[in-house]
Amino acid sequence: MPFMPVKFNLQKRVKLAQGLWMLYWFSVIAGILIFSLGIFFKIELRKRSEMMDNNESHLVPNLLILAGLLACGLNAFGGKVCHDSLDPIKFSNWKPMLKTYLLLCCGFNVLLVLVSLLCFLMQFSVYLTLAEGLSYAIRFYKDTDTPGRCFMKRTLDLTQIEFHCCGNNNFRDWFEVQWISNRYLDMSNDVVKDRVLSNVEGKYLMDSVPFSCCNPGSPRPCIQHHLTNNSAHYDYDHRTEELNIWTRGCLGALFSYYSSLMSSIGGFVLFAIILESVDMAGLKYLSTALETMADPENPECESEGWLLEKGVKETFSDLLTKLKTLGRTNQVEGGDAPEANT
Amino acid sequence: MAVGKVTFSKVEREKLAEILWLLNWISVVTGTILFGLGLFLRVEIHKWQEVMSEQGILYVPHMLITTGLAACCINFFGGKICLDCADTNKFLRWKLVMMPYIICTFFFTSCVLAGALMCYGIRSQMEESLFMGLRNAMRYYKDTDTPGRCNLKRTVDLLQIQFQCCGNTGYRDWFQIQWISSRYLDMGSSAVVDRMRSNVEGKYLMDGVPFSCCSTFSPWPCIQHHLSTSSTQDEKSQQLNLWRRGCQQALLDHYTGIMQSIGLTVLLIWLFELLVLTGVRYLQTAMENVLRLGDPESESDGWILENSLAETARSNFNIIKNLGKCYQVDDDPNINVPTAAPEEELPSQQVQVLVTS
Repeated sequence: MPFMPVKFNLQKRVKLAQGLWMLYWFSVIAGILIFSLGIFFKIELRKRSEMMDNNESHLVPNLLILAGLLACGLNAFGGKVCHDSLDPIKFSNWKPMLKTYLLLCCGFNVLLVLVSLLCFLMQFSVYLTLAEGLSYAIRFYKDTDTPGRCFMKRTLDLTQIEFHCCGNNNFRDWFEVQWISNRYLDMSNDVVKDRVLSNVEGKYLMDSVPFSCCNPGSPRPCIQHHLTNNSAHYDYDHRTEELNIWTRGCLGALFSYYSSLMSSIGGFVLFAIILESVDMAGLKYLSTALETMADPENPECESEGWLLEKGVKETFSDLLTKLKTLGRTNQVEGGDAPEANT
Repeated sequence: MAVGKVTFSKVEREKLAEILWLLNWISVVTGTILFGLGLFLRVEIHKWQEVMSEQGILYVPHMLITTGLAACCINFFGGKICLDCADTNKFLRWKLVMMPYIICTFFFTSCVLAGALMCYGIRSQMEESLFMGLRNAMRYYKDTDTPGRCNLKRTVDLLQIQFQCCGNTGYRDWFQIQWISSRYLDMGSSAVVDRMRSNVEGKYLMDGVPFSCCSTFSPWPCIQHHLSTSSTQDEKSQQLNLWRRGCQQALLDHYTGIMQSIGLTVLLIWLFELLVLTGVRYLQTAMENVLRLGDPESESDGWILENSLAETARSNFNIIKNLGKCYQVDDDPNINVPTAAPEEELPSQQVQVLVTS
């Protein structure tokens, strides 16, 4: 009892072949899209790798690039098979490869499922990497003369300007680090000396933020220094002032950007999985319809196509017995060998 | 003496019609490209419209948009005509429309050329407009509570951040205007009052710049205030601390670059349209000559102009003159209206009169 059989006449076969050919070419385009999404994601991670302390995992974009290339190759081959399927001579060349091809497609679908799962699960890893990386970035902001960190200031400034954020969780993170290098502090100045001495670790801390935290939408010129001191500025209350500097933390801003990117990529991969499954089903129907033609010489004859030759349960039990015998052939020879020795 | 005379056989005529059909469809695509370029330029100008003093620059993208739409329509129509022109019977349908269509296409092609040349010629107008617009924008930077100008501060800040520029021609432009609103100045402080009194117009001027002038390349935290007296102001530090370029130059370079690329593309599209126009003219004259000869299978000549350029110009001029003259004939007394000649009148003796008795 074949699983989900469908009767085909010549017209239906031709229509199936043509429709499937178009669907395979759509799948090639989907494969190209997955490849470009992988490259785009890789570039985005590279651009801000300094914010993640160069520790970010490139597993997801690499898998996406691989999956995209595989999709292009497999689907182009499938399209060629469909194109040749109505010519019996050409199709007979492809017939022996079809079983392996369908198995490969199955395996590729499993890979796509894995990639889609990773797209959603790796967001946690990105969050943790960002949290750690940003705290280092703020700490090394002032080290513009240390090799390997000279561009940290510029990168963090550009990130804060671009993502409209300030600090790790909020702007107060800047109060806890010394973000002005000692090179640019006038150590002969009493005020500076007092402040450095009053700190346990000898750091020059102040309640100020860098200029990149400033919000251009604020109606008044940006107040960067003495943020918590209301009397230092005219008509200023730091508790109610919302527009002066960005209130969002860069961790939240960067994470929401990356998580939306990864979620959309994951969604698109799910769509690609559905497309691939439809392709596989169509090809199975087409190949079985062409094989079961009662009279191969007469193209007009009717035939039947199916998804599985026997029912689902029977196919599974067949598969299991096959696997078991595969294992048993190895054991049988092992049993013979000791007998031969004695 | 025809201009550009080429002889076409029947097969060649049919091939020409097919090629022209394809070229017309490609022209529809280039027409959409033209439309898209006009739209892109419009959006780009709209983004920074607040810092431009006059809106006259908008005629360039509007011209491109209209010519793009016209290109699509004219070439779509032309493709249909060319497809029919392969067959003499179908050509009869379009015979009367062909000449007006070619004249329309000629005018439209000149509009495309005009659009391309405008793209190159607009630089000086833009320079003036940007200078005045930026000067006003900086003057109204502090007026964040005046309706109609509340967003100017944000626009100027974003402009300086994005284009990495400061002020109109340099950062010192900010020293000459009051960019901090009086709302945020403590009038009770003697320092503030002194500074305002020492200025002729009562403005609070200072040697400081807004935060958006700060350069992200600077290795040290930005020095925005007391720029003339800052202790770390040596040659090198002046280079890196703030953006060096003026925003007028930055915006001018940005728009000139865009306009030059658009102008080049439009010129290429114009050349292509000219090619299509020439082909259609050849096809029209060849088909008309075939009809004149009467034999659809025979060879015929195609040309651009039937007579030489001078003769065509003269005949067209005469047509226009006569157009005017047909209204003047009745009124002008100086024109000699010829009467019948006396010899034609028959003498009465020669008239045979039948006399009945």
